[in-house]
Amino acid sequence: MKRFIGFIKKEFYHIFRDRRSLFILFGMPVAQIMLFGFAITNEINNVDIAILDKSKDITTQEIINKISSSTYFTIEQLITSEAEIETMFKKGKIKAVLIFEKDFSKNLIKKNNASIQIITDATDPNTANTISNYTNSILQKYQQKVNKSIEIPYQIVPQSRMMYNPELKSVFMFVPGVMTIILMLVSAMMTSISITKEKELGTMEILLVSPLEPFQVIIGKVVPYIFLSIINAIVIVLLSIFIFKMPVQGSLFLLGVESVIFIINALSLGILISTISATQQTAMMISLMGLMLPVILLSGFIFPINSMPEILQVISNVIPATWYIIILKGIMLKGVGLAVIWKETLVLVAMTVFFIVLSIKKYKIRLE
Amino acid sequence: MKDNNVIQAKNLTKKFGDFTAVNSITFEVKKGEIFGFLGANGAGKTTAMKMLIGISIPTSGKAQVAGFDIFTNPEDIKKNIGYMSQKFALYDDLTVKENITFFGGIYGLSKEQIKKKRNQLVEELGLKEIVNELVGSLPLGWKQKLAFSVALLHNPKIIFLDEPTGGVDPITRRQFWEMIYKTANSGTTVFVTTHYMDEAEYCDRVSIMVDGKIEALDTPKKLKEQFKVTSMNDVFLKLARG
Repeated sequence: MKRFIGFIKKEFYHIFRDRRSLFILFGMPVAQIMLFGFAITNEINNVDIAILDKSKDITTQEIINKISSSTYFTIEQLITSEAEIETMFKKGKIKAVLIFEKDFSKNLIKKNNASIQIITDATDPNTANTISNYTNSILQKYQQKVNKSIEIPYQIVPQSRMMYNPELKSVFMFVPGVMTIILMLVSAMMTSISITKEKELGTMEILLVSPLEPFQVIIGKVVPYIFLSIINAIVIVLLSIFIFKMPVQGSLFLLGVESVIFIINALSLGILISTISATQQTAMMISLMGLMLPVILLSGFIFPINSMPEILQVISNVIPATWYIIILKGIMLKGVGLAVIWKETLVLVAMTVFFIVLSIKKYKIRLE
Repeated sequence: MKDNNVIQAKNLTKKFGDFTAVNSITFEVKKGEIFGFLGANGAGKTTAMKMLIGISIPTSGKAQVAGFDIFTNPEDIKKNIGYMSQKFALYDDLTVKENITFFGGIYGLSKEQIKKKRNQLVEELGLKEIVNELVGSLPLGWKQKLAFSVALLHNPKIIFLDEPTGGVDPITRRQFWEMIYKTANSGTTVFVTTHYMDEAEYCDRVSIMVDGKIEALDTPKKLKEQFKVTSMNDVFLKLARG
């Protein structure tokens, strides 16, 4: 035990004396969560639009007022002819144009219908879609208000409610993802680098010739990173609660336990990587390409798994991060307990056991 | 095994697939002697040594080190041997003092023992000014001496040195061999691999490996007589060229 404590102490010296690793350990999590929280967002705010009002009556004016008073849109320009639209789109000045047909009010009263054309710049399809949806909902609300006094025999009124994230904040979606990325980065990449570093320096040989058992060497290398990863997880949760007002509806204890399982999973992946790479660079490349990319692209963090091609969906299912993200979202946003996420937890545990066994086996083979 | 043999290998073989790195070598090392393990790069020296220190498992053959079988008691062997690799592996980002404490610790030395050893080392090697310096800032010669001393911290019965003088200047090499003599005189057996033939002259007995086999094994004097040459270098050249 005393040997072990000495070993861990040495490991902390390594970590705290290397500025680069310190930055990755403590700078990255904060920087990433801030970036994703503040800068990168799927919401639309103050999107510049133009309006072509061929009717210029009371109704169109009212609708325009509604639109300009919403925080989603800023009316950049009122244009007078269709010819201007293309130029404005090409210059990138506006993202959408609303065109009111001629005699809008008159048509509405006499024919009971009038039309508005919404033209969006779909070079960025997500934004275009969102703009179109937002405009529709503003129009719908206006219509409902106008129709209040009139009795309509049949009417379907959809009332949608966004559960668990009523304001559709992107940060709610990013926090679980960023937490997953960071735990993966710290646990897997940093351990694989620190183990290969000993191999490169030749100190691993010295350790293996010493009375320390190989598994003690590995556990000694890994334990400090378990500590640091847990601290990181706590920092991320605190940041998201206090800065981004992200709720943690479920049990914090369960969140902790699941995170420790995921951390151990990532650590065993790190050990596995260190057994197949001879240099620190290789270890880093394999961690980045083999772990980070799939986590970002295939785990359902940014792109929904259901809309991926089948083969990618299969791959997505064998990525531990996929399951951890589901668990995180469940606990943080939906407030569910183990009764609901036991299946995901089981998968994560099974994967962890698998990787631990595999990395121990691989590690032994290396010795011979 | 005779009482005064600390290493005894019989038909020790290591194969990597079709390649035989070490081909049925048989030799003994006596207690307290400086045993030179010579050979060109790639002759199988390091592989043979790795089998003896328990980080490589032989394909076939038998061996005992410090009285223990390498197959059945590798853990007992590890407690009784010291090892210094050709990289003088110490931790560059730890100070001299921290390195000594760490390596003493993993060999199970108590705090008092470590402190005593450290003070002794500081005095003998004249480390006083640099004891709190990072090892990474020391010149190679210092690292080499320190790595050697660290490998001896737990008073091993045998010390294995894998090309201990690679890359250091002739004066430092000479000083290093003085340290080796001192260690051997205090009763520790020294097993040293090298490809510097002048160093072979300093050994009590040498074995010369060519292509995985031991082609010659005797005192330097007898080997020179046997091959009718005046230096170990010529012995080696005669052997290597067949």
